[in-house]
Amino acid sequence: MSLIHLSAAEQAAALAAGEVTSVELTQAHLDQIAATNRPENGVGLNSFLHVDAEGALAQAAASDARRAAGAPLHELDGVPIAIKDVLATEGLPTTAGSKILEGWIPPYDGTVTAKIKAAGLPILGKTNMDEFAMGSANENSAYGPVKNPWDHTRIPGGSGGGSAAAVSSFQAALAIGSDTGGSIRQPGAMTGTVGVKPTYGSVSRYGVIALANSLDQLGPVTRTVLDSALLHELIGGHDPMDSTSVATAVTGLADAARQGAAGDLAGVRVGIVKELQGDAWSAPVVERFEESIEILKGLGAEVVEVSLPSFVHAMAAYYLILPAECSSNLAKFDAMRYGLRVTPDGDPSAEDVMRASRDAGFGNEVKRRILIGTYALSSGYYDAYYGQAQKIRTLIIEDFTKAFEQVDVLVSPTAPTTAWALGEKADDPLANYLQDLATIPANLAGVPGISIPSGVSSVDGLPTGIQFLAPVLEDARLYRVGAALEAALTKQWGAPIAAPAYAGNGNGEA
Amino acid sequence: MATETIVPFDKALAAYDPAMGLEVHVELNTNSKMFCGCPTVFGGEPNTQVCPTCLGLPGAMPVVNAKAVESAIRIGLALNCEIAEWCRFARKNYFYPDMPKNFQTSQYDEPIAFEGYMDVEVEGETFRVDIERAHMEEDTGKSTHVGGATGRIQGADYSLVDYNRAGIPLIEIVTKPILGAGEKAPLVAKAYVAQLRDLIVALGVSDARMDQGSIRADVNLSLAPKGSDVLGTRSETKNVNSLRSVERAVRFEIGRHAGILNEGGKVVQETRHFHEDTGETTSGREKSDAEDYRYFPEPDLVPVAPSREWVEELRGTLPENPTAKKTRLQAEYGFTDLEMRDVWAAGALPLIEATVVAGTTPQAARKWWVADLLRRANDAGVELAEVGVTPAQVAAVQALVDAKTINDKLARQVFDGLIAGEGTPEEIIEKRGLALVSDDGPLIAAIDDALAAQPDIADKIRGGNMGAIGAIMGAVMKATRGQADAGRARELILEKLGL
Repeated sequence: MSLIHLSAAEQAAALAAGEVTSVELTQAHLDQIAATNRPENGVGLNSFLHVDAEGALAQAAASDARRAAGAPLHELDGVPIAIKDVLATEGLPTTAGSKILEGWIPPYDGTVTAKIKAAGLPILGKTNMDEFAMGSANENSAYGPVKNPWDHTRIPGGSGGGSAAAVSSFQAALAIGSDTGGSIRQPGAMTGTVGVKPTYGSVSRYGVIALANSLDQLGPVTRTVLDSALLHELIGGHDPMDSTSVATAVTGLADAARQGAAGDLAGVRVGIVKELQGDAWSAPVVERFEESIEILKGLGAEVVEVSLPSFVHAMAAYYLILPAECSSNLAKFDAMRYGLRVTPDGDPSAEDVMRASRDAGFGNEVKRRILIGTYALSSGYYDAYYGQAQKIRTLIIEDFTKAFEQVDVLVSPTAPTTAWALGEKADDPLANYLQDLATIPANLAGVPGISIPSGVSSVDGLPTGIQFLAPVLEDARLYRVGAALEAALTKQWGAPIAAPAYAGNGNGEA
Repeated sequence: MATETIVPFDKALAAYDPAMGLEVHVELNTNSKMFCGCPTVFGGEPNTQVCPTCLGLPGAMPVVNAKAVESAIRIGLALNCEIAEWCRFARKNYFYPDMPKNFQTSQYDEPIAFEGYMDVEVEGETFRVDIERAHMEEDTGKSTHVGGATGRIQGADYSLVDYNRAGIPLIEIVTKPILGAGEKAPLVAKAYVAQLRDLIVALGVSDARMDQGSIRADVNLSLAPKGSDVLGTRSETKNVNSLRSVERAVRFEIGRHAGILNEGGKVVQETRHFHEDTGETTSGREKSDAEDYRYFPEPDLVPVAPSREWVEELRGTLPENPTAKKTRLQAEYGFTDLEMRDVWAAGALPLIEATVVAGTTPQAARKWWVADLLRRANDAGVELAEVGVTPAQVAAVQALVDAKTINDKLARQVFDGLIAGEGTPEEIIEKRGLALVSDDGPLIAAIDDALAAQPDIADKIRGGNMGAIGAIMGAVMKATRGQADAGRARELILEKLGL
């Protein structure tokens, strides 16, 4: 087995055992990126927007030196990582997938970037994404779509298609994603990877180019549940730079994953969400979902159905709150201080320059949401739209509270379908929005969620995902249940799930 | 521009009742900005006091400055306001190059302090000004328009923006409509801002320098026909930067509104600029109803929820209530009501208090500030506090009078010197040769001359008419260029006349 096919935990163990150096590990991943990214000739994945080979190797060499010197090291010191282009990285271009930020190099690190650097993880580069994280297919990136490693004619999910594809194609074992309505979890389902949206406020947003501040949360993108837990513990915790950051320490997640992997879920109450079933859910996805439910029962979990009636309004509320917040967030992109500047002919005023730059720099989906949000916040409409949406949000929080009085975790399929063909829904925003039916409620309520692979579709052979949701600050439950199901499924499959073309040594056949 | 008819003040007030609303922005003197750790020192090189947050860089986030919240609460308490148990910041969305995020983080419908009042005294009469709210917000950057004749954005070749000021904490204090002030409206407006400034100074929460913009007043004014209870359309005169200008702006706008209304016209709801040189206002941008700031709660900040314990602790740090203090000082100083009214109208009480603290008797301090220095301030068109003499200097000059180094008349020349920046009182006395002549030699010579020149007066004095001694004293003073020690001269005159 090659180095890139090791999980992050296995890579860390190999480093600790002296079997490999961080430079070797990092080089192996850079080689994989060089072999498979290739956006320029159109045949590659296009998962990375920027690769920092030099920087990553320098950080790897520094890690090796620390290890040689016997310094105390973070468990993941030396394991390379990829970062979604939504997070500010000092000295590395950060575009959020938009032309309006082309060439912008942040003069500062986001808090999570700083934590990653402090822990000694070499940063391979920045991953592709839908422009300002708006999308479910990664087709809204200003720098071209990302391809699904399972099938290059398919979308990888969005907005974090780059991070998911990078992890799925063994370009990295660890990646950072951001989840506003499912942008970590839905690409996880599309690419057969693990993705976690932590409790709102448990991972700092300082340095995250905001889509919707009250919904955004950074989280881990990996191939195993344990790897997500390790990365989650690294990036989590209170940050004085983020007022919405919670004071609670983020610990015990890897322990929960290890406990879960032992396979005992006796006494764990699992609630199937009644409102996340029905015709919208494709048969192959439901087939894999039901199979997982049977496995959970077999591990001792008590499975019941619970109703969260306000979920039916979640989509409508989300598509008012998100555009409202983003219409204001994106106002700062005005060509006055940074980013793209388009100067019209003649004697343009500052306002003319702003208008021309925003017109040229923003894509259609971004403009659509700015328009919706501006309208929703307008005087006379505020109560009917934004105000009403916030009330629905409260109802959804109450639904979760009641449901978690009955069960420990909630469960649903992550996304209604498997990955669709590139271009198939590109001109149909509503069809894209509906992909996030199951993932949006967690963002509205701030609760944590995980998506893990539930297998592959019996129809198209593409991966399917299952999602667990837990109460606020009970992220550990996700790792326990997720790792238990992962272990049982892997045993059933005979090997971890992996994109066949990238699995290497034939060990990826699910 | 169409010519405006400005109706004389008295005529305007005969026909209309003015309603005023004052919005005062106070720049706090916190060490760091409202939402980041950048320093707030005035006058730094452009764009040297900035960071990702106050520059609005992608990804940066705000954090509320606890000291600013504390100052806001103390201002609210001093204005007899309720303090919110829970309040939020909101975003006020509009595009402008000096606003880094293209929204201002401000409080909207949930101010930190609300429903207060301030009692304002004008010519012995007390007006209660109701305070609607005091809320927290951040300042914008500062644009400089280069080229073009006016320094305004129109016609400029290019503009420069300094973001050092962006994010400086501001407290905006908004009154409810001030009604019923009638012809005293301009004085009430001035007295309100003056008392508010004194309060801010006493609280120690701001530099309170109107000339540097750390206190800025917006004056809203409307007129309604006398007796009507419907408010007229208002104008909003922005950034009125001195107490005198507040009074003048109100006065001018009353005349301007009356002119429009008398001719059957409609007052336009708009922003206006006040011009210090002419005392007039001119139209700024029209404030149409179409201007929609799309306020919504700032999602990057958690609500501010000051505990009641903290609020009570801060109440304990408030300076003495200004009205109570005024009553106390009048009693302590033994000023008559009339004297006190003049002192108050001149804004001299804090200056007198400081002078007394520096060792002068209250009456001497009052005499200098309200008589001599007030006249100088009025002549120069400045506030008494900005006349160029400090309470410590007044105390030093009075001490020299008490020591008979100089007399009152010479003291006035010392003040001339102080205002001209000629140095300390002692240096000025030395340079200008102002010391009293108390040496008997020159005095006796002058007295002999005076008595010889006016023998009839000398006889009157001998005959017991002591009032006549003034004529001899006058001659002696003239001969000694005012530098004679009056007490000694009087003794010598009487001695010469054998009395």
